[in-house]
Amino acid sequence: MTATLDLLIVDSIAGVQEAVAEGGRLLPRGGGTKPATGAPPGAAAMLDLKRLTGILEYEPGEYVFTALAGTPLAEIQAELATHGQYLPFDPPLVEAGATLGGTIAAGLSGSGRQRYGGLRDFLIGARFVDGQGRLVRSGGKVVKNAAGFDLHKLLIGSLGRLAVLVEASFKVFPQPPAYATLRLQPASIEAALALMARLGAAKFDLEAIDIVANDAGNPHLLLRLGGLETTLLARMNAMSEWIGRGEILRGDEEARLWRETREFGWLPNHWQLAKAPVTPEQIPALERWLAARGAATRYISAGNLAWIGWPGGWEELSEGLRTLRLGAVTIVGTPGSLWLGTPGNMAMIARMKQALDPAGHFLDFAA
Amino acid sequence: MVLAATQDDVIQTVRACGRHGVPFVARGSGTSLSGGSLPVADGVVIALSRLNRILSLDPVQRTAVVEPGVINLDVSKAAAPHGLYFAPDPSSQLICTIGGNVAFNSGGAHCLKYGMTANHVLGIRAVLADGEVVQLGGASLEGVGPDLTGLFVGCEGMFGVALEITLRLMPRPELYRTVLAAYHSLEAAGNAVSQVVASGMLPGALEIMDNLAIQAAEAAVHAGYPLDAAGLLIVELEGERIQVEAEFAALIKLIESTGPYEVRVAKDDADRARIWKGRKSAFSAVGRLSPDYIVQDGVVPRSRLGEALATIQRLSGEYGLRVANVFHAGDGNLHPLILYNGRNAGEYDRAEELAAQIMEMCIRLGGSITGEHGVGVEKRRYMPVLFSPVDLEVMAEVRRAMDPDELANRGKVLPAGDAPSLASHQPHPLEKAGIITRE
Repeated sequence: MTATLDLLIVDSIAGVQEAVAEGGRLLPRGGGTKPATGAPPGAAAMLDLKRLTGILEYEPGEYVFTALAGTPLAEIQAELATHGQYLPFDPPLVEAGATLGGTIAAGLSGSGRQRYGGLRDFLIGARFVDGQGRLVRSGGKVVKNAAGFDLHKLLIGSLGRLAVLVEASFKVFPQPPAYATLRLQPASIEAALALMARLGAAKFDLEAIDIVANDAGNPHLLLRLGGLETTLLARMNAMSEWIGRGEILRGDEEARLWRETREFGWLPNHWQLAKAPVTPEQIPALERWLAARGAATRYISAGNLAWIGWPGGWEELSEGLRTLRLGAVTIVGTPGSLWLGTPGNMAMIARMKQALDPAGHFLDFAA
Repeated sequence: MVLAATQDDVIQTVRACGRHGVPFVARGSGTSLSGGSLPVADGVVIALSRLNRILSLDPVQRTAVVEPGVINLDVSKAAAPHGLYFAPDPSSQLICTIGGNVAFNSGGAHCLKYGMTANHVLGIRAVLADGEVVQLGGASLEGVGPDLTGLFVGCEGMFGVALEITLRLMPRPELYRTVLAAYHSLEAAGNAVSQVVASGMLPGALEIMDNLAIQAAEAAVHAGYPLDAAGLLIVELEGERIQVEAEFAALIKLIESTGPYEVRVAKDDADRARIWKGRKSAFSAVGRLSPDYIVQDGVVPRSRLGEALATIQRLSGEYGLRVANVFHAGDGNLHPLILYNGRNAGEYDRAEELAAQIMEMCIRLGGSITGEHGVGVEKRRYMPVLFSPVDLEVMAEVRRAMDPDELANRGKVLPAGDAPSLASHQPHPLEKAGIITRE
C-alpha cells in the first residue's frame, strides 16, 4: 500500500481491507473515466484500484468470467473476443480506460443492452469490502443461482458510497459475428418515437435502438442488427422494407458509428454528461426542454435511457429535471453534484448505507 | 390467516404484526419447493391470492404492473394480443404467483439466455416488514442509484411484502424451432450440450432427461419420447425466422455429429407443445413411480455436468435408492429426484443423506445449492457451506435494515434463524392431486 495525503494505491484485497480499517474517509477509483462521480477536492482520500487487476477465471464454455475490480474493460473484452464472446450489456468508455469495478459502481450499460439486457442482468456475483473492512461475498459463479440475498445488486450504481467492490463475476454470451445498422431520419422526435413504437410489436431482434436528437436538424433513428453474416443482409432488407426507407450502414462506417456512441465521442469538449433513466412517453417533454437549452441528447435502448450532453452547470439541469419529475446521475464533468432532479428512494438508500457503512468510511451519496 | 382483499389490508396487517411483535408469512399459491412459504408457529399467514389484478399493461413501453397474487401465466396471456410475453416460466406457471416468483427469484427453462425473475422486474412497491411503504425502481429499464429492486427480488419474503410489481415484457419470437435427440448414454447427451454451446449458438433452452424420467413422462403424457434412450436432449432456438432457419440447419448438422441414435424435429406448434409438456410434467410423473421423493435444485458449472451425473449415479448405487434426472443443461441446474418409500424403516434418512451428498458435490464443483427453488427451510443448513460466517452476518444485517424485529418469514434462508418453521418432506398436496407439476 502506497500512501500520500489523499491517494492510497492498493494492489490486493487485503490492502483494501487495511485501507478501510485505517479509518479515513475513502472513495474508490478505477480508471477515472467518470470524473463527475468522484470526490470534490478534500472530501475523501482516493482509493486507487487500478493495480487490483486481472481476470481470475474464464471458462468460455461456461459463459462466465471472474475478474478483479480494477481490471480494464478493454482487457476483458480482448480476452472474451479471442473466444468469440462479449459483454452483452455493451459498457461505455472502454477505450477511455474504464474498469470493471467503476462500470458496476456507476451502473452503466450502453446501446447494446437492447438485445439481452443491462449490467444488472449479467452481474452474477461479487466480493466487496464493507465499511467495517469485512470481505463479503454474494451470488456465485454460475449463471443460475437463487442462494442467499443478492447483495451484489446493491453495488450496481452505488458509486463507491456503500462498499468497495473488489471482484465480480459476469455471465457473457457469444458475440454476433456480423452487424449492420439502418439509419432513418424522421421529421421529429415524435415521429422517431412513433416508428420505435411500431418496431416494438415487430419481429426484429435488434441489438440497439437509439435516437440521436438534435444532430444537424432531424433526429436520427439507429437500428442495429447482429447475427450470421449469411443472413444479415436479408434481415436488414426485410426490416428496411417493413419500415419503408432508411440507409443501410455496414463495415467500418457502421463500427465507427457505434464506437463513437460507446466512447461519447459525440460529446463536445468541456461539456458535461449525465445519465437519466426515462420511458418513451417522457421523452417529448424532456427533449423540448433540453433542445431549447442547446443540449445534445441520445436516447438509447428504445427510449429507456437518456445520455444528456450538457453545455452548462449542473444546477440548471437539475432544476429542469426536477420540474419534469426525472432523475439523473452525473458522469462526466464537475464532481460534487452526484444526483440531479428527483432522486431515487433516498430513505431506502440511507437504510442500506446504515447497514453496510454505519461509520461513514465512504463518502455520502450527497457528496 | 389474513385473506387480503386490498393492498391496504396487507399494509395494515404488517403494521399490526409489527405493533404486537407477531411474525408473518406472505403466501401466494404456496408452490414453493423449498418450504419457503411454510407458516411460522404462532404467526400470521397473509394470503395474497385475491390481490390478483393486472393493473396496467403498456405495449409500447413493454411493461405490465401487477399485484402479487397474479398467476405467472396470466401475465403472458394478457400480453399475447400485443405480441408480448413474460419470460420467466417456472414449471408451475399455471398456478404460481408473481409475488412468489419475485420472492424466490424463480427460474424456468430459459434462464441461460433470458435470465431469472430478477431480470424481468423493473419496479416494486412494497410494504417493508417495519410497516413503511416504499417504491423501488420504476418503469424504465435503467435506474439511478443502488439496484434496490434487484436486491428485493429473491429476498424470500424476509424484507417485506411486494404490493405492486412492474414487469418487463418481451416480444414473442417470430419462430421457434425445437429438436429432440436420443442418445445411448447420458454422457453423450451431456457432451452434445457442450458442443452446442461451443458452437457460438445461444439456444433459448437446452434440457436433458435420463431414462427413468423419460419412462415416467411418457407414461404420464405420451410426449412421443424414444423410450429406450439413456439420455434425451431437447434444444430450442428462437428469434427472427431467417436467422433461426439458418442456425437450425447448422444445429441439426452439429447434433447429428454427436452420435444420437435418433433425431426428431418438432413439425409444428402442437408437436413442440407435446415435447414441452412431457418435459414440464416429468417431476410429478416421476413421483408416480414412488410414494415419496426428494427434489433437488443444485447447480454445477456446465462443464462439470458429466462429472456431476456420474457422481449422482454412483451415490444412487451406494445408497440403494433410485434417482431420476431432469435438468436444465444450458445453465447447469440439476434436478435430481431421489425416490424412496417413507414406510420402509430408515429409507427417509438414507434419502436425506444422499440429498446432502449431492448438495455438497454441487458446492465442491463450484456451483450453488439452489438454482431457482430458493433456500427456504429446506437448504438453510447448507448456507454455511456455501457462504462464510461474515457473508451470512452481513445478509442478516441487511435484512434487519428492513425488518429490525425479524418478523417477515422468520426462520428461512439464514441458518442462525430465529423461530423454527413447520417442516414438510412430502410432495405438495396440490401435486399429489395432480394440479401442479414441478420443474
